[in-house]
Amino acid sequence: MAQAFTKAMARNIFYGGSLFFFLLLLALTFQTEADFPSRDNRAALEGPKGTQIAEGKRLWEENDCIGCHTLLGEGAYFAPELANVYTRFGNSTDAIKGFIASRPADGIPGRRSMPQFNFNDEELSALAEFLKYVSEIKTARNWPPNIQG
Amino acid sequence: MKYKSQSVAKLYFIAAIALFVAQILFGLIMGLQYVVGDFLFPTIPFNVARMVHTNTLIIWLLMAFMGAAYYLIPEEAETELFAPWLATLMFWIFLAAAGATVAGYLLFSYSDLAELTMNELLPTMGREFLEQPTITKIGIVVVVLAFLFNIGMTILKGRKTSINLIMLLGLVGLAVFFLFSFYNPVNVVRDKFYWWWVVHLWVEGVWELILGAMLAFVLIKVTGVDREVIEKWLYIVIAMVLITGLIGTGHHFYWIGTPDWWQWWGSIFSAMEPIPFFMMTVFAFNMVHKRRREHPNKVATLWALGTAVMAFLGAGVWGFLHTLSPVNYYTHGTQITAAHGHMAFYGAYVMISLAMISYAMPLLRGRNAANPAKSQVLEMWSFWLMTVSMVFITLFLTGAGILQSYLQRVSDNPMPFMVVQEQINLFYWLREIAGLVFLIGLVLYVASFFVGQNEPEAVVADR
Repeated sequence: MAQAFTKAMARNIFYGGSLFFFLLLLALTFQTEADFPSRDNRAALEGPKGTQIAEGKRLWEENDCIGCHTLLGEGAYFAPELANVYTRFGNSTDAIKGFIASRPADGIPGRRSMPQFNFNDEELSALAEFLKYVSEIKTARNWPPNIQG
Repeated sequence: MKYKSQSVAKLYFIAAIALFVAQILFGLIMGLQYVVGDFLFPTIPFNVARMVHTNTLIIWLLMAFMGAAYYLIPEEAETELFAPWLATLMFWIFLAAAGATVAGYLLFSYSDLAELTMNELLPTMGREFLEQPTITKIGIVVVVLAFLFNIGMTILKGRKTSINLIMLLGLVGLAVFFLFSFYNPVNVVRDKFYWWWVVHLWVEGVWELILGAMLAFVLIKVTGVDREVIEKWLYIVIAMVLITGLIGTGHHFYWIGTPDWWQWWGSIFSAMEPIPFFMMTVFAFNMVHKRRREHPNKVATLWALGTAVMAFLGAGVWGFLHTLSPVNYYTHGTQITAAHGHMAFYGAYVMISLAMISYAMPLLRGRNAANPAKSQVLEMWSFWLMTVSMVFITLFLTGAGILQSYLQRVSDNPMPFMVVQEQINLFYWLREIAGLVFLIGLVLYVASFFVGQNEPEAVVADR
């Protein structure tokens, strides 16, 4: 590297560049927040099912569902995508509830199986409402690409 | 070792290696569960094995970063550590918290663990990589604050080098962005958006400052090249890291309910993220080429060069493969992501940690410069076994990911997830075999600490 380019210049590029792009990230974050209401399906959270959805999210987290599944493509890659499971199951919360409730406690020989969580009906409904809410988030290009997730 | 208090680093390095072994064992369990679905079910379900695999990785890397800081900061500052006793105390607290957390994952169901640790008071659990109980997260904050205080005071009372300032900046950033892990709104889009402020701004942001500082330190030591030259390179590399990587966060904001314009910002900036990694490769090889001394610690140099190459391949090339939004539309959340994650973490953060350990550990154990030849040869074997097997793990997962994306998302008749998984079974078997080779490499790595310690050592020679 040419001697004309000193360490002090490199340092200034680092501090100046980092500061500029961090401020740009903050600006884009403010714009993102402003755009959220048109995409994030907050109507569902503020509607009559809001409490149930919040309860569903708590159950989703406290049973570490993300440890096997993806949700909007994020999580583990061991089990199916669940952001569109509501549509995949024919727009039916009952189908989701039935599936979760019917998992065998000892698994399926030789195959991957979802654990039996022993949820009661209220909890099953909350989880299903949570997944319905997520399926109605407006994602770019309506990701996932198709019904299979 | 120039300062007595540097010796606290040894504790951190030993714990890091022990957790590394645990991480790999649980990785092999998960890998087997991919093909033998009921393996250890329901005793250790997949999600539990995965939590242990990813959380031990995070904890051992933090241990290695802290150990590295406790080693290099006094040496750079040319003074003893501000409070060695605090560093020792924090080590035991950190280790106990990590051990209790992993035991909690294995002994309790996750929902019982959530109840036991009173997650409802401040719910932070159950999000990928941030699965730790809230109390553990608070523990991490306490340990990191005490750590930052300790190294900050050391830097204040000593010489202020660029390496020290960048290391400190990276570690402060690590602490600051971790605070986003306590923000967990019900709104899933917002939850995911700020989750990336921990995850992306760690691994594609401030952690790279830590990586850069550690690499620069090791290179100064093993090559003897003038500090001015190395620090100038370091500034340019980390400048490019943040210039590309901050807005590069946008490549996570394509499909999670965030606005469409992120597709452009994310694609353009993250496409440039390989540049700093390429510069790092050029930097490391240049410095070794221009070396002014023949340092007898050959294996530390090997790890340093290895991290420069593998970080570029894993984070740079494999990241670029799926970072453009039209590609990511099909690959998002598939085995392609897993392939990239494995090689990037190994190349960037595992290898730099092992480079640092490799350089410092002989000195911490009372040798003058390096381990004897016998030990170094064994460690070089472990380097090649682990690195080559990681290349194969990545290639097999990439093969699996390409097929998965095609069968499930691109083809005219998209198949269900589980049907596709059976179609790509062969790749998972091959991945598991490569994983076993990795384990052999790791066993040799651990063994290298126990051989030839009584043999005489070489000395640093000028060139």
